[in-house]
Amino acid sequence: MGLVVGTFSVQSKPVNFHKDNADDDFEMTVVCHRPEGLDKLEAQTNFNKRELQVLYRGFKNECPSGAVNEDTFKQIYSQFFPHGDASTYAHYLFNAFDTGHTGSIKFEDFVTALSILLRGSVTEKLQWTFNLYDINRDGYINKEEMMDIVRAIYDMMGKFTYPVLKTDAPKQHVDAFFQKMDKNRDGVVTLDEFILSCQEDENIMRSLQLFENVI
Amino acid sequence: MAAGVAAWLPFARAAAIGWMPVANLPMPVAPTEKNKKQDELIVLNVSGRRFQTWKNTLDRYPDTLLGSSEKEFFYNEETKEYFFDRDPDVFRSVLNFYRTGKLHYPRYECILSYDEELAFFGIVPEIIGDCCYEEYKDRKRENAERLMDDQEDNKDSKLPNMTFRETMWRAFENPQTSTMALVFYYVTGFFIAVSVMTNVVETVPCGSVPNQKEVPCGERYTVAFFCMDTACVMIFTVEYLMRLYAAPNRYRFMRSVMSIIDVVAILPYYIGLVMTDNEDVSGAFVTLRVFRVFRIFKFSRHSQGLRILGYTLKSCASELGFLLFSLTMAIIIFATVMFYAEKGSSSSKFTSIPASFWYTIVTMTTLGYGDMVPKTIAGKIFGSICSLSGVLVIALPVPVIVSNFSRIYHQNQRADKRRAQKKARLARIRLTKTESSSAFLHSKRNGLFNESSTKEEQHLGKSSSLLESQHHHLLHCLEKTTVRDLKIVIHVLAIVVQAPSLFFFFAVVVLQINTIRLCSSPFILTRVCNKLSHLDIRMTQG
Repeated sequence: MGLVVGTFSVQSKPVNFHKDNADDDFEMTVVCHRPEGLDKLEAQTNFNKRELQVLYRGFKNECPSGAVNEDTFKQIYSQFFPHGDASTYAHYLFNAFDTGHTGSIKFEDFVTALSILLRGSVTEKLQWTFNLYDINRDGYINKEEMMDIVRAIYDMMGKFTYPVLKTDAPKQHVDAFFQKMDKNRDGVVTLDEFILSCQEDENIMRSLQLFENVI
Repeated sequence: MAAGVAAWLPFARAAAIGWMPVANLPMPVAPTEKNKKQDELIVLNVSGRRFQTWKNTLDRYPDTLLGSSEKEFFYNEETKEYFFDRDPDVFRSVLNFYRTGKLHYPRYECILSYDEELAFFGIVPEIIGDCCYEEYKDRKRENAERLMDDQEDNKDSKLPNMTFRETMWRAFENPQTSTMALVFYYVTGFFIAVSVMTNVVETVPCGSVPNQKEVPCGERYTVAFFCMDTACVMIFTVEYLMRLYAAPNRYRFMRSVMSIIDVVAILPYYIGLVMTDNEDVSGAFVTLRVFRVFRIFKFSRHSQGLRILGYTLKSCASELGFLLFSLTMAIIIFATVMFYAEKGSSSSKFTSIPASFWYTIVTMTTLGYGDMVPKTIAGKIFGSICSLSGVLVIALPVPVIVSNFSRIYHQNQRADKRRAQKKARLARIRLTKTESSSAFLHSKRNGLFNESSTKEEQHLGKSSSLLESQHHHLLHCLEKTTVRDLKIVIHVLAIVVQAPSLFFFFAVVVLQINTIRLCSSPFILTRVCNKLSHLDIRMTQG
């Protein structure tokens, strides 16, 4: 009889009987997060009430629970770059946004970062960018970190580019970057070197002002 | 584009600052938003129910009605809202699509009305979300089948100028179309029954000749049975040849199941004719007679239930295959076990594994003939396990086959019911059509009488709506253009059923109309004369 049943299971298609992930259940029970009051946020950031309203509406639409976890973040960001793989760069972005390292971005984090990026001073923007590049948060950008970042950016382009991406193109890019930024040639870029080098470069200065009127 | 996450575009653009220091080339200029307005609320009034949404929400999908400038056509200046004279319930799904980026299909909604609304608002149904897509597709398929069924019924209607061949084919396929077809249908059915009965009775032992064992009737009345067989085969051959001639696609017909059955049914007879002289192959000839039983399958043309059964078995092929496979495995396993278990006992019937197959099959199907029984204890234990598992193995796929059969059978019932109701439905439609056309002629008569009267009286006589009078005026213009008259149309069946007196009344009315027009047109004169002599009433087709 058991043999018969055994033979049945061979014949049928493989069925996965796995329990639901405990993680999923846990996340379902996480309480909705509500942001601080509108006035408080207005005071903390450089946005006015209306802009905050627009931002919150979009934020809440996508994340009804009030907090974005990394997967959702990656998903949202990937929708803007359908031809390539934006998940690596989204991961670095997530870490840059999630200043408290809580694993989820709440609306306050979101708005604070946006405030810096869109309404902040040049120094603040460069500081934020330095933070993004400095993956391990040790205060220095070394070549490996830069390679990861540049490769993540190239990944977003996808495979089908013109001209075709060569395997050493990221390396060349990183070398050029270090050539420009690393003043004292010690193999790492510090915050001051970074800010100084960027301020010298006309293109970078101009491009930082590009997204002023996004909201 | 990621329209659902359009609200996050500012964030994505802001995050692009991260690329700036890495970039070597200057960035392109950002697009500027000309006359950047504040985001405003739009009011959408759909048949009285007001929906409000942000303008940006609607702008997410610019290739739809609400997202493009097409909605300006529906703008109401006084109330400052967009008015749509459509179903507000379906509009809910449409608007939710803009809000969430996912289109859902509500289950209670009729598929056709939903499709219409989507087409109106310029939304392609293919973007329905995965959650509702299956349901949508199922309903669409059902609807398509229904339409196809209706179309098939229309095919039965007689087309004018059908060749003899086409008429014959139609008669063969659908016996209801003409009496000849019906007669043919019953005659063939009768002969199939006769042939099958003959084959059966042939083998019955009848009448014993003394000093000899009982002979079957076939050998006693050889000539009679031979004549009967010949007659049946003649009929079947003629039928097959006629079908072959009438078939629109001969190769496809020859490959179809029914024609193969026909051929197999009549072939043994002809082969027998050829081979009777040769004694050696007469044994084979006897075997061929077995194929005569296939004549019974010819009944499937006559019985829809048989066809449904055959179709069910075909559609359950995978379940049947599974049943067969698992049975075979179980048989082999248990036969082996039983053989080795009974090997020890003397005078055991389980002489080999294939010999044990018979025992296993009989036990698993709970037949239990008792011609082979295990004698050892181990054999008995395994034998009981075998019979218990047999019940399960057979019981498992059977419900699937049964449910399949039930579904197909009910589908067929529904199709038949629809066909029966269709006649009544068409009759009702015809009646309303005749009413509308007779309304026109009625008003024309009134108008005729009032041609000379004053405008006031004409207005009093006008009890019909503006739409109706405009429609009648249009028909009147057509009449004048073609210098013809629209005839009054009567559905004779309806009238005759209701009141025979009406029949004559209408005839009189027709005459009246035409006599009045007599003065105004010589064309009509000749027609009235014809009418007086023939008094024919035209019938409408549905």
